[in-house]
Order: sequence, then structure tokens, then C-alpha cells
Amino acid sequence: MNREDNKIVAFCCEHSAYQVADKAGRMRLHYPDNVRIIRVPCAGRVDVQHILKAFEKGAAGVLVMGCQEGACQHLTGNTRAKKRVKYAEDLLKEVGIDGGRVKMVNLAPDMAQRFIREVKEMAEKIEGEMRR
Amino acid sequence: MAIHFREALKTKDFTVTTEAGPVKGASTEKMQGHIELLKDRVDALNVTDNQSSVMRYPSLGTCLLVKEHGGEPILQITCRDRNRLAIQADLLFAYSRGVDNVLCLTGDSIDVGDHKEAKPVFDLDSAQLIHLVHTLNSGKDMAGNELDGGVDFCIGASATPSADPIEPQLVKFQKKLDAGVDFIQTQAVYDLEELKRFMERTRKMDEKAKILAGIVLLVGAKMAAFMNENVPGIFVPQYLIDELAQAPKGTGLSKGIEIAGRLIRQIREERICDGVHIMAIGREERVPEILEAAGL
Amino acid sequence: MIIAERKPLEEIKSMLSGYKKILLVGCRTCVTICWAGGEKEVGILSSQLKLASSGEGNELSILEATVERQCEKEMVIEELRDKVQEVEAILSMGCGVGVQTIAEIFEEKPVFPALNTTFIGMPEAEGVWVEKCGTCGDCMLYWTGGICPVVRCAKGLLNGPCGGTRKGGKCEIDPEKDCAWVLIYRRLEKQGRLDLMRKYYEPKNYRAVKRPGRVEAATA
Repeated sequence: MNREDNKIVAFCCEHSAYQVADKAGRMRLHYPDNVRIIRVPCAGRVDVQHILKAFEKGAAGVLVMGCQEGACQHLTGNTRAKKRVKYAEDLLKEVGIDGGRVKMVNLAPDMAQRFIREVKEMAEKIEGEMRR
Repeated sequence: MAIHFREALKTKDFTVTTEAGPVKGASTEKMQGHIELLKDRVDALNVTDNQSSVMRYPSLGTCLLVKEHGGEPILQITCRDRNRLAIQADLLFAYSRGVDNVLCLTGDSIDVGDHKEAKPVFDLDSAQLIHLVHTLNSGKDMAGNELDGGVDFCIGASATPSADPIEPQLVKFQKKLDAGVDFIQTQAVYDLEELKRFMERTRKMDEKAKILAGIVLLVGAKMAAFMNENVPGIFVPQYLIDELAQAPKGTGLSKGIEIAGRLIRQIREERICDGVHIMAIGREERVPEILEAAGL
Repeated sequence: MIIAERKPLEEIKSMLSGYKKILLVGCRTCVTICWAGGEKEVGILSSQLKLASSGEGNELSILEATVERQCEKEMVIEELRDKVQEVEAILSMGCGVGVQTIAEIFEEKPVFPALNTTFIGMPEAEGVWVEKCGTCGDCMLYWTGGICPVVRCAKGLLNGPCGGTRKGGKCEIDPEKDCAWVLIYRRLEKQGRLDLMRKYYEPKNYRAVKRPGRVEAATA
């Protein structure tokens, strides 16, 4: 795998994850700077092709971040997102992109530390792959 | 020399048949050994037709061996591997060589066998096969052409007394009886009360057909459970699986023989039906012991 | 409708081996409905093939298109005529009919099937499609209570069931599948028409449709 930017694309639901990302920024909490935040009205808006296209365009990892289970503003958006992330995982495995490069994360709007941790973890995973 | 099976059915109080299973190969020694062992102890020997969809030496071939040894064969024909042309042709050949008892079966599915990618035929079903044999017996083929040299088969079919649900099976069974059969060999029976109920129904449907209860030799609790899961048409009740499980280690087979003998004895003594068909799949050498345990 | 499934990616890749520029064509009708070869699936497969090929160092160039119905010559010509000029081969995400229609129109280009066409059926639940019709050309649904024994009975029996029915009325072949003849019995029982199942049915005319089939309208 030779991805020069090591970009992580994070699709962030505006009702939860996007607010967290914003907050983390304002709190000056440090997280890796090769993360591209994409705001979406709901995690359920993210489709399988969006995830694959992200990889096609050079991303090395994708996070789909939405509300916690049972708290989706659109009721079933995050459950649909979960299924799609699983499907995307299988599709990526078919082309040799393995090891948790796409992940679904459920957050409440005040979980800044959790947001940081997930992003860092993904960055480390990618780093690890690169070194191999 | 065995008497004609048709005669045996008519004249005997209790008819007994068993099976000689063909081998997977061209070597006939083992089969001939089984035939020698069994031919005089029973009224007729069934020969299975690619049983459980596992490819083997053909039924017709082994039937000829039975004839050669002076035994009385029952040719099993399934609809799985042959279309109506092949079946009619095989029957003409069989008759010309003195094989004139036929058991008409649908056949197990390809999936349970060892050639899982084969194309299943099923041009006919078992009821249609029975009608086909009658047509040949009347001197014509299925297309209405006159036969140059007729045939006269004794016709048999199968039944599944333990089916659940039973009603659809009975509809099919009635069709077989309506088509006209000389004998029925049932799938394995273990519950004699169930067999009695089945016989009551059957006698109302047809008084003439001879019913032989199927007795499958169990050799152990695991095998019995395996058969329940994997062999179509077989249901072994839990209490028998338990009885086998409780037998001391290494005596599973003897226990199985005892159970088979017990069932046969009871069927005969209580005159529940007209006889039995003993299936000791892969263990033909133990059939004499089963017969002894049954008091035959 | 026709139901199909995408072939394993490895198989598709091996078909495309040696080709550098292809046209990937979807279809908006049957294969869209069964999530196998619509515009969305074209996008997904295109991404996958690009990721796979760039990973191997020789990125595949893919033109994408989706035809309203790949089995209609005019629609195929209209949508693909220009794009075909630019590519070496065509990968069709249509059913077998679509693949062959494209192949017939653009004879000089190799056309590959990305799907395995499986059966004629319908959606039983979201994301689940089941086979219903055996295309036997001699429909007998009027006496089987509207249940096709040709294709829903694993052995295609006309006088069913066989003796292999599992407990609870399941099929010998698959404990998850219902025995069609048990279903037929129950349906006819509900309608008070069990006499239809009790009737003996003659062997089927398997040559009702002489393959390859052809139907001509009287006003053709």
C-alpha cells in the first residue's frame, strides 16, 4: 500500500460527531492533522460508494461517526450506517484492504475524548500497515 | 432355488426380504458373497440403485448376479438418474434376463450423494413409474408402440409411515395404490403403534397389496442420530437412541440386532402386516443374526 | 423478474486480465431491483476494480454507463455506441440476456458477464429473493394452488411429495426450505380443492419449450 497522504476521512453526523469534532478543535485537543472531516446530516446518509470512493481517492482509513444506538435523530440512520459499514468492510476485504480500515463509531455530542481516541487509533493502524 | 417372489407374496403368511448393496467398483466378489449368504434365507433380495445418490455398480448388474446364484432379485429403479427412455430400455433388458420384480422409487436427491454437481433427471416420479411398468406389462411402451416381446413385472413401491406431516404422504400413497402395486416396502419403522395405525388406513385404501415393514439395523446411538439428520425418510425415536446409548461400549451392534429382532418378532406375532424388509446397510453379513433374533 | 448475483471478484478480475480500459455497464431494470447490477452496483464494482488494480500497480481505466434495459437493442445502442469506441472490452452487469444483447451489437468487442444469472423470482423480504417460476412452458399453477412444483419442489415432481420430506414439512434437500408439496396440500386444503392434488398427473411434457425457445406474436 503506498498512500502518500495517509488521509483519514471521517464522515461526521451533524447531530453528534460533527459537534464533537468542532468542540475538540475549540478545546485545542490535539488530534492527527491528516484527518478530513466531512459533515453529513446523518450517518445514514453515508452510502457504500462514498466509503469506497474515499479509498479510491487516496484515503487510507474511513470513520463513519454517528449518534449512539437509539439516539438517532432520524431514527434508523445509524443502524443503516452500521450495516453499510459492514458491507463496505467485506467489499474492501475483497480487494485486499483489510484490518479495520473502515469503522463505525457511535458518539454522544460531548464525547470529545472518545473522538480523539478513535481518530488516533485509526492513524496508528494505518501507520502500522505502512511500516510493514 | 428360490420360489418366484410373486408366488411367495401370495402363499406365505409372512414374507421376508432384505438387501444386497452393490459396491463402488467393478469387483463383484463381495456382492456374490452376500448373495450366497442371504439368497436362501429370505424370499427375495432387493438391490439398491445408486442408493443415497452415491454412484455404485448398477442394480441391474447385481440382480443378474442374484439370478446366477439361484436367488430371487428385486430390481430397484429410481427416477433420479434415468429418463423415460432409459428406464423402459432397462426394464426390457431386465425382463429378458429373468429379473421380473421391480421396486419403483423417486430417488434421493443428488445433494445427499457423492457427485453433488450432477444433473438430476426426475423425468418421472414414482407414481408415474408404476404406471409405466403397467403400460409395459400391457404390451406397449409409453409412446403407445407395440412391444416386440412383452414383459410381466411384479410391481412394488415404498411408503413412509412416520412422515410428518402424514396427510400429503397419504395422498401420494393412495396414488401408488390406485396405480396398482403387488407389494409395498416401507421406510424404517420403529414405533409399532404408528405402524398399526398406518396399516389400518392402508387396509381401507387397498386390501390386496402386501405390506412389508422396513427394518433398518441400528448400530449405535451416534449412527441413529446421524441417520435422523441426514438420511431422508428415517426417524429414529429418542427412546431407542437412549437404549443404544446405554448399551455397554462395543455392544452397540449386538443391541441393534436385538432391537431389530424384537421388532420383527412382534410384527409377526401380532400379525401387524404381511412381512418385513430388512435393511442392514453395509452390514449384510449380520442379517442371518437378525433373522435368528427374530425367530425366523 | 430475473434474479442475478455478482460473481466473485477474483473471477471478474481474471476475466479482465490483460485489459487496460473497459466499459462497465449496468442495467436499470431487474438487476437494479435485486441489488446486483444497477447504477449503484456499477459504482461499487468500479471502485473495487480500481482499488484492486492500482494495488497491483496497473490501474484499470473504467468508463461507466447504465442502460435502461440491456435486453433492448435500441437502448443499448443509444447509450453505449460512442463509449464503446474508447475501450478494449465491455464488462456487463446485466443478466445473461443483457450480456448477449451487448455482445451481438458490438461484435468486435469482448463482452464479459459480471453477474451469474440465477432464476426467475421475486423479493420475499428486503434483500431476499426467491425462485418462483420454472419456465416450463406448460403452466400447471391452476391445479397446484398457485405453487410451482417444477421449481419449488427440489425434484420437480408432479405427483408429490416424495418420501424424503423432513419433519415439519421441510424439504429433503434443505431443512430451511419448505416441501413444496406440503405447501400445495395446505393451500388446496384451505380452498377445499384437495381433489386436485389427489388426481394422478401424467409425465410432464418436457419439450413444451424446445430450447432455444422462440415466441412469435401473430401480428409480428
